Amino acid sequence: MNICVCMKQVPDTNEIKVDPETHTLIRKGVPSIVNPFDTYAQEVGVRLKEASGGKLIVISMGPEQAKEAIKSCLAVGADGGYLISSRNFGGSDTLATSYILSEAIKAIEEKEGLKFDLILCGKQATDGDTAQVGPEIAEHLGLPQITYALDILEKDGEIQVKREYDAGYDMISTTLPAVVTVVKLPYEPRYPTIKSKMAAKKKEIPVLTEEDIPAIDLAFCGLKGSPTRVKKTYTPVREKNGVKLTGMEAADAANEVVKLMEEAKLL
Amino acid sequence: MGNLNDYKNIWVFIETECGKAKNVGYELLNVAKPLAEQKGCALVAVVIGKDIEGVAKDAICYGADSAIIVDGPEYEYYTTDAFTKALVTLVEKYKPETLMIGATNNGRDMGPRVSCRLKTGLTADCTAIDIDEETGNIAWTRPTFGGNLMATIMCPDHRPQMGTVRPAVFKKGAYDESRTGEILKEDIAVAPEEIRTKLVERVKEVAESINLEEADIIVSGGRGVGSEENFKLLHELAAELGATVGCSRAVVDAGWMPHAHQVGQSGKTVAPKIYFAIGISGAIQHLAGISGADTVIAVNKDEDAPIFDVADYGIVGNLNEVVPALTAAFKARKA
Repeated sequence: MNICVCMKQVPDTNEIKVDPETHTLIRKGVPSIVNPFDTYAQEVGVRLKEASGGKLIVISMGPEQAKEAIKSCLAVGADGGYLISSRNFGGSDTLATSYILSEAIKAIEEKEGLKFDLILCGKQATDGDTAQVGPEIAEHLGLPQITYALDILEKDGEIQVKREYDAGYDMISTTLPAVVTVVKLPYEPRYPTIKSKMAAKKKEIPVLTEEDIPAIDLAFCGLKGSPTRVKKTYTPVREKNGVKLTGMEAADAANEVVKLMEEAKLL
Repeated sequence: MGNLNDYKNIWVFIETECGKAKNVGYELLNVAKPLAEQKGCALVAVVIGKDIEGVAKDAICYGADSAIIVDGPEYEYYTTDAFTKALVTLVEKYKPETLMIGATNNGRDMGPRVSCRLKTGLTADCTAIDIDEETGNIAWTRPTFGGNLMATIMCPDHRPQMGTVRPAVFKKGAYDESRTGEILKEDIAVAPEEIRTKLVERVKEVAESINLEEADIIVSGGRGVGSEENFKLLHELAAELGATVGCSRAVVDAGWMPHAHQVGQSGKTVAPKIYFAIGISGAIQHLAGISGADTVIAVNKDEDAPIFDVADYGIVGNLNEVVPALTAAFKARKA
């Protein structure tokens, strides 16, 4: 099974702090990581590939430094990677991003002389949190999609996907090729070894610009190709003057909380 | 794109399952009602499903001026292919100016598929919707960076302007039985071979369907609860309050609770009136899922746990004592 994993390098949201004076995000010095949901996509992809043979290629759209994130995927089982990068791609919203990625996927199939059976994405990137790029790639490529996957199993040239559902999960099957977005797995993504890390570090990551994606129409890329506009951003004000009860007997603390909630007319 | 002025009215997609509506559709009608009045346009409910005429009537009682329904056996369960085809067909025929969809798993599966086919803009998982005074466009506001940053987004030159909207952030309006409105039936057949995904089976991991997204009170436990058995303390408190039990990711990873109960970035986003965080330290991934909670009550033995920064009421102490004490205190109040 040939697999394409779409990955995004994101700032580690655990490390993001808000400047108390300016109420803006402090991005400086925040480490970049592989989007956590994409590490699941990558892991399930590697397992499927190991079981059935084939090639797993990881692609990412972003600046030059996203090569580091691609290399960290190479260290945990990806066979190759491409960075998709151009000034003309900057400012893309999800519609333009998914268009560029879908055209890049077709160009990579051509270059590699293969067809992808499965395109995997994390359910969403933890910076934008939109969960839209995966389904939009599927639409651009005219492929079936299954979102919110908890596991993927291959069966007779089809896949069965455990899809998140209110009271458990739905088992959904689809023919290949298909796009699946992954939310979580029953196992943890593997860690790289020192050896695999060293090997990945030495690999060249080819960069694809519009020159390398002949069919791409720049009118659908970047700000020009993006129907949405960000009007403003701001940090939410968390004005919680919470009550914290410390060093009280459990019963007293519980009664106090119930009393305070009653006074605040919350019950 | 055609002429933007050809696009009129606000549409709300009412999600159903097996003929029953999810609350979020009715919540959106209530948010959209004043916007439609301000714009002087109609508010239209769109219902796609099987045996859903009753839902269309309910939607009118909840504030819609009229409804469009697509009813057929192929719509009994949600599929990306059938629902996308139906909704795109309706949009192309009637040209709504705005289309709102509940940001459930299915809504967020279908929304981008529809907007991409229509080549228009979609704003994900919104928590506020206004009209921009200057342009008259919808201003969609949403949390990003795990809730650390809010962004207001517009779609100035494409129609319809689309957004998925987080469940339980807005309240349903009053049900007014006297309201009437036209219910328009559209026949849109989808051939079996057009639907490329198949529901093989639905596996329930919990006794009854838990609906965290629509719960008024949630009692959630984290790693600090200590064991699967210890969750019975939380279940007792939840039973006393008529609450739903949730949990953090660590609890699912430990195998104490099924994933269906998980709250947070890789679980459900919730917006209850009251949220109990018991033995939950408050990692940002968890906080991202509870930013819509009105009141947060935290119980934790670690005084410096970040959960206390977002809690309205915090008790520092041993949850094995505090949780039964809370159950007793709420019980005593009712007596």
